[in-house]
Amino acid sequence: MSKWWSCGSNQESNSIFRSEVMSLVQMYLQPEAAYDTIAALGEVGCVQFRDLNAKINAQQRKFIGEVRRCDELERRIRYVTAELNKEGHKVLDLMDDFPPAPQPREIIDLELHLEKTETEILELAANNVNLQTSYLELSEMIQVLERTDQFFSDQESHNFDLNKMGTHRDPEKSNGHLGFVAGVISREREYAFERMLWRISRGNVFVRRCDVDVALTDPKTGNVLHKSVFVVFFQGDQLQARIRKVCTGFHAHMYPCPSSHSERQEMVKNVRTRLEDLQVIINQTSDHRTCVLQAALKQLPTWSAMVKKMKGIYHTLNLFNVDLGSKCLIGEGWVPKRELELVEVALAAGSASVGSTVPSFINVLDTKKEPPTHFRTNKFTRGFQNLIDAYGIAGYREVNPGLYTCITFPFLFAVMFGDMGHGTILFLLGLWMVIDEKRLSKKRGGEIWNIFFAGRYIIMLMGLFAMYTGFHYNDIFSKSINVFGTRWVNVYNRTTVLTNPTLQLNPSVATRGVYPMGIDPIWQSASNKIIFLNTYKMKLSIIFGVLHMVFGVCMSVENFVFFKKYAYIILQFVPQVLFLLLMFGYMCFMMFYKWVKYSPTTDVEADTPGCAPSVLIMFIDMVLFKTETALPGCDVNMFPIQKNLEMIFLVVALLCIPWILLGKPLYIKYQRRNRPAGPVEEVDEIVEKIEVTTGKEIIITEVAEAHESGGHSEEDDEPMSEIWIHQAIHTIEYILSTISHTASYLRLWALSLAHAQLSEVLWTMVLAMGLQMNGYVGAIGLFFIFAVWEFFTIAIMVMMEGLSAFLHTLRLHWVEFMSKFYVGNGYPFTPFSFKDILIVVEDD
Amino acid sequence: MGAAFFPVLFFTALWGGVGIAMPIMTPKGPHQNLIRCILMLTAACCWLFWLCCYMAQMNPLIGPKLKRDVVAMIGRSWNNPIVAG
Repeated sequence: MSKWWSCGSNQESNSIFRSEVMSLVQMYLQPEAAYDTIAALGEVGCVQFRDLNAKINAQQRKFIGEVRRCDELERRIRYVTAELNKEGHKVLDLMDDFPPAPQPREIIDLELHLEKTETEILELAANNVNLQTSYLELSEMIQVLERTDQFFSDQESHNFDLNKMGTHRDPEKSNGHLGFVAGVISREREYAFERMLWRISRGNVFVRRCDVDVALTDPKTGNVLHKSVFVVFFQGDQLQARIRKVCTGFHAHMYPCPSSHSERQEMVKNVRTRLEDLQVIINQTSDHRTCVLQAALKQLPTWSAMVKKMKGIYHTLNLFNVDLGSKCLIGEGWVPKRELELVEVALAAGSASVGSTVPSFINVLDTKKEPPTHFRTNKFTRGFQNLIDAYGIAGYREVNPGLYTCITFPFLFAVMFGDMGHGTILFLLGLWMVIDEKRLSKKRGGEIWNIFFAGRYIIMLMGLFAMYTGFHYNDIFSKSINVFGTRWVNVYNRTTVLTNPTLQLNPSVATRGVYPMGIDPIWQSASNKIIFLNTYKMKLSIIFGVLHMVFGVCMSVENFVFFKKYAYIILQFVPQVLFLLLMFGYMCFMMFYKWVKYSPTTDVEADTPGCAPSVLIMFIDMVLFKTETALPGCDVNMFPIQKNLEMIFLVVALLCIPWILLGKPLYIKYQRRNRPAGPVEEVDEIVEKIEVTTGKEIIITEVAEAHESGGHSEEDDEPMSEIWIHQAIHTIEYILSTISHTASYLRLWALSLAHAQLSEVLWTMVLAMGLQMNGYVGAIGLFFIFAVWEFFTIAIMVMMEGLSAFLHTLRLHWVEFMSKFYVGNGYPFTPFSFKDILIVVEDD
Repeated sequence: MGAAFFPVLFFTALWGGVGIAMPIMTPKGPHQNLIRCILMLTAACCWLFWLCCYMAQMNPLIGPKLKRDVVAMIGRSWNNPIVAG
């Protein structure tokens, strides 16, 4: 869907009741002005271009070369970004203040600059590998020279008095004496290495080894290496050759090593000097690399934005038809009707920027194709519209439930979540995100944070309504407040109270009026409060549910009137709403009537609480034609003509079923019989001839795309058998779903009950424990217990319970409400907009 | 029938004001229709919610069942004293 900042003129009345009126425009662009024109349109973000080259594959389009150049630039930018990440610098994409789209000649400079930067970094990387390799070798040599001291001190006095040189220098002089090879090997290979040496020499070698303690790093990968120093003592020239081969095979590095202590010391000194020199060079190389990267770091987000804009422009130009004869580019796109002026201004600006003498212009075409759906949302309605679009995109100009969801959604959530304490927490969270939204909109918090932030108005309203319903439920963290003074009075005297552990107040003598707003606070302390609250909340759920569904059915009238299907008001809407009202509207009436009629203070015995019937049982008896046996003194009916009225209601409701089933197909059949013969066939290709300024004719081949219906209403093409089947399915679905959806709204009661009970458990099992402690130790304990209670309150009651209520509210809207009228078979308006391209959600 | 006229009139007038008068007085602007719709829906939902809560307690069919310590606490805190005798 389009973002809320697209197509924002804010000069006319904004409404999301229906999608915007869309126009199909045909554009004629001068080639020299085409780039700048598309750039201007990308800034405006009001045109969704159609692909006029659908039959041409991507590799054969006109501007594929330019797109590839942009790809190469993007690859280089990604490479430099990756190198910066290695250095620990995070390249952050721009979130606002984007640079304008670059001119093609500016990109040449950018190409040269990026190429130079990339080449320089690559050279520096290669040099660094070489330097690190040399450094590693010298480090290993140091280890060999130092570690072999202890080896030679054991052997020197006996074997090397007559031979001062290592065998790698003067092998011919080792006749009759021990030679040796020294080097470094990976630690994981040393045992296999030693075993192999024993085998080839049949046990005639002497191997000494020692671990290298200092950390060595692999020049290519930067990984830490674990190595060992080894010395192999042997006798004879043939054995030396074999040992060298084994060393090479095991990737061991052999280093020259004098047998004399003094010579080794001198060599160590030389190697250390070389190491220090090499380290200086490495540091200088690293500094140079850092300078190069730092120079690129500041420019990289701007370059990235520029390249993305340019690539988007060329992709869009590839959707255009190129008429080489008349030298113009022809494109088509959907534009919201009230933004046509903006588009024309952008075209004029594009032409003016290159000083073109021939202006680019647009034609508005009449078309039967289905336009895309576009809602001009603002920051408030955007979250609610996203909820609806997740279910299905509204058809073009179809009634949009998103408008009413702005209030019904948070309100139904609040009916389930009602608690003043938890509602306040939720409200403050949403309020914080709303008040601080300018700063927070630049925050990069990841996908989950973006979801919460996009729904900040939903969260705030959910919290606000939860405070309202929580006040009525008289529930603050499972405790009540006595605001207006309880209307129940204690009529028992002292003796009665002391002799009875439990007392129940009699409503006929213990009440003094009605608590004006909300549930009387005494119920929170009553042990039978669940019984009382359940009857109240179940009725509440059914009443709101039936009204919600009636509202949904009434919305279908809006669609019938708008699309000029007036007959369907009689054939579809009237029987549907009659069925719903006669069955379940009557049930709501019984609930209200029961609240009024049966009273503990009445003089008529039949109207006493003991005679109050169950609304559900009465409803079932109505459908099953049963009659209950009244208790003595009670009347089986609520009002005198109840049985007759129920009979009439039931008969009419049952008549509505064939009414819905047969009305529409018969009407279509009748219409088709009176339709003029020979319907016009819709061809797949439309050939239009349009004359332009030069007088030449342009032939435009237009292909009907798969998601566009071809202009005909679906009913005109469907065979009658399918219409009958669809209507039968629709009828069954509506009748059955009316019953099941009414029961589905009882989740309002179920979740409210669950929330209240969970809150009470949290109070009695956690915080109440702390409140019962005594003394100073109790105060300290209460401090920690409160922290635990607060954590569970937020983690479980607000987050988990809130998510649960949210999902149930979502289902009540998607299924119970929108199934009454919503088709949702449209496709979204996705304009070519630079902001859409550049603002991406980071997957951190 | 324990209902009183004043609360019914008060809340009906309150939400009637929110749902009828305020939409009429909404200033013209790009979001006028949205604001009107919000006000009317809020008023309808909140008024009906209040009404169901009020009517459920107009004629209570059962009374609260209270423990002895609750009766004593109510007597002390809510100005609901226990009668001597």
